Amino acid sequence: MKETSTIVKTISRCVVGFIFLYGLYIVCYGHLTPGGGFTGGVILASAFVLEMLAWGKEEALKSLPFRLAKPFDSAGALAFLVLGLLGLLLGGDFFVNVIQKAYPGKPFSLFNAGIIPLCNIAIAIKVCASLFLVILVLSVLRVAAGGGTEDDLTTQEEE
Amino acid sequence: MKLLPLMIAIPLSVAFILPLLPKKRPRMADCLAVLATLALLALAAMLIGQSGVYALGGWRPPVGIVLVLDGLSWLVLITVALVSFLVTVFSARYMEQYTARGRYYALFMLMVAGMNGAVLTGDMFNLYVFIEVAAVASYALVAFGCHEEELEASFKYAVLGSIASSFILLGIALMYCLFGTVNMAHLGQKVSASGLNRAAIFSLVLFIAGFGLKAALVPFHAWLPDAHPSAPAPISAMLSGVLIKAIGVYALIRVLFNVFGVTAQVATALMVLGTISMVVAILMALIQWDLKRLLAYSSISQIGYVMLGFGVGGAVLAAGGSPVIAALGFLGALFHLVNHAVFKSLLFLSSGALEYATGTRQLKEMGGLGKEMPVTAGASLVASLAIGGVPPLNGFFSKLIIILACVSSGHYGFALAAVLVSIFTLAVYMKVQKYAFLGKPAEGRKSVHEVPAAMRIPMTLLAVLCLGMSLMLLPGPKKRVLDPAVQVLMDRDAYIQSVMGVASALGAGQETDMKIAEN
Amino acid sequence: MHYFLCLLLLMVGLFGALTQKNLIKIILSVAIIEHAVNTFLIMVGYRHDGTAPIVDRAQVAGSSFASGAVDPLPQAMVLTAIVISLGVLALMVAVAMRLYHTYGTYDITEIRKLRG
Repeated sequence: MKETSTIVKTISRCVVGFIFLYGLYIVCYGHLTPGGGFTGGVILASAFVLEMLAWGKEEALKSLPFRLAKPFDSAGALAFLVLGLLGLLLGGDFFVNVIQKAYPGKPFSLFNAGIIPLCNIAIAIKVCASLFLVILVLSVLRVAAGGGTEDDLTTQEEE
Repeated sequence: MKLLPLMIAIPLSVAFILPLLPKKRPRMADCLAVLATLALLALAAMLIGQSGVYALGGWRPPVGIVLVLDGLSWLVLITVALVSFLVTVFSARYMEQYTARGRYYALFMLMVAGMNGAVLTGDMFNLYVFIEVAAVASYALVAFGCHEEELEASFKYAVLGSIASSFILLGIALMYCLFGTVNMAHLGQKVSASGLNRAAIFSLVLFIAGFGLKAALVPFHAWLPDAHPSAPAPISAMLSGVLIKAIGVYALIRVLFNVFGVTAQVATALMVLGTISMVVAILMALIQWDLKRLLAYSSISQIGYVMLGFGVGGAVLAAGGSPVIAALGFLGALFHLVNHAVFKSLLFLSSGALEYATGTRQLKEMGGLGKEMPVTAGASLVASLAIGGVPPLNGFFSKLIIILACVSSGHYGFALAAVLVSIFTLAVYMKVQKYAFLGKPAEGRKSVHEVPAAMRIPMTLLAVLCLGMSLMLLPGPKKRVLDPAVQVLMDRDAYIQSVMGVASALGAGQETDMKIAEN
Repeated sequence: MHYFLCLLLLMVGLFGALTQKNLIKIILSVAIIEHAVNTFLIMVGYRHDGTAPIVDRAQVAGSSFASGAVDPLPQAMVLTAIVISLGVLALMVAVAMRLYHTYGTYDITEIRKLRG
């Protein structure tokens, strides 16, 4: 396979950081502006995917190793569930916004929505890790003993 | 009631913990999965006789998502819990042939979570999401072995399944366009108030096509005889035993009876679809030599019975006939649904045991296995007699009730078809018994051993259930288990009232947050 | 009118899924069906001259807001539906690639171990 050209490599190295930062912004401000966990997670994943396309999967795996991405994949979903169960334990109902009930914040400030930003972060971790894994597994299918990790994606958006 | 969300949360959390377990210790995955399904079974058993509405996050019904527990959802819930528990116990030994058991159980748990969610939810869009979760997990499970046939079946299943889901979503979008809500009870209220116009009837048709495809009724059945046999045997048992019922039949009747309210045309459509499925599929089953394929066709046929029962009940209800006859039809259909879950999962497990022992699914390559595998043979015999409708067993009574409902409502043709199909069913299963367990061993067949205890125990338990389930029709258990479920289908207003009543109780305190969402 | 265009798109997808012989084209047809439904859902919530359903500092959830904004609920539903179809498509692509590895072709007329 032909190497990607220097222009592509240099430009992608320049923009990857900004894409990642933008993803983080979308995730953190998801409860105030358009965006949120899924959208932000996709942008975060796209940063890694761009790195993979420009520099090859070895480079991308250096910044997000396989053995890290897989636990992240599960941990994001689990964190989301734990937030839901927290509502059941402390607030009496599944997914009650316990933090918001206890500390009602001012509208339009960053810390006002209780568990929603935390949910967004959990979803973003899950989406970022699993989307990266999907693309990785699909592009190196001959090596991986795949068949089944990619469909976990659908579960985290259900509330 | 307070623990209701755990029915979804437990399998979902286990599904995500399982991939984190170390790969070198597969026993840990087995134990965790069995414990989780046991917990679900205990939880479902605890909920017996309860009913109520659970508002997630404390949001009141027309706006927030609600979980609704009533007689009908409980009945399906306990069936799912029971079958999935026995199947996980069976899987512990059976799946030793495969690698990556952590992933297998993760997908399995995802499927259970999807089914439990689809059964409990009271919100149309949430229903769609849970159906998709269960369906995607099942597409992956069908392809789990990664052989040619499995991949091909999975692809076919995934294409047809996602077309079906698109129909369902289009139906939901149309309903939202017309009535401005996706809450089932609220939708039901608005449908009663304004009646069905043409667009609503179009969405009704979309729902019948979409859920019909998921339930594999005959014009929509092409994927099932490929997908169900290709999966590993425990998964076949789950797919045929509960999946097509939870996300196909249950979802369809919940939407038809509780949201739209049944009309004469819809009831006739159900009866005709049911009868065609019954007749065509059993004739297809007769000519199969692959054991699991035969079982899959027979599943379609049995789903036809269930649909016929619901259709007869609905027809009587829509025509304003005697409520006793309508209740009889619903009772037969629900009882048959539960019965079929029990004996079909038993048949698929025993076919898995045969495959485990002999390494083949072809009936012609078996023969004389009754002596070598007495437990499997016994369990399979009980299930075959039950599904064939031999008198003291559960299948006899549920078919009898459906046929009685047909006769007493004047649908003699349908009754006749049901009787004939029952005879054919018996013939099909006698063929299985003859070629697999009786007679002489096929030429070149090696001698085999009975399967391990972890596989025998679930089969024995299911066989005992087959023998004992007729007792559910005694007045005591019937009043506790089956009658509440029948009542939900009979009385649409009660369902709407039970959900919308909660709305006013929870209403205060959330008005400011709500304004945006209520357009 | 616009609704009928969505239905037309749905029909195009359905036609493709039923007639195409290539696995990848079938997957694309399924994607077209899903997009048609998603577009329909978005248009259900659309309102002519409506504003984006975002409350900003200037107008704190007043009555004029609810009557002037586009309905956000279908948008939320579409987002969820997109996530689901992403999962399904990824799975289908993975299965199709596996099939290619075993059969060496994407043509379904040559992939026929099962009769159905």
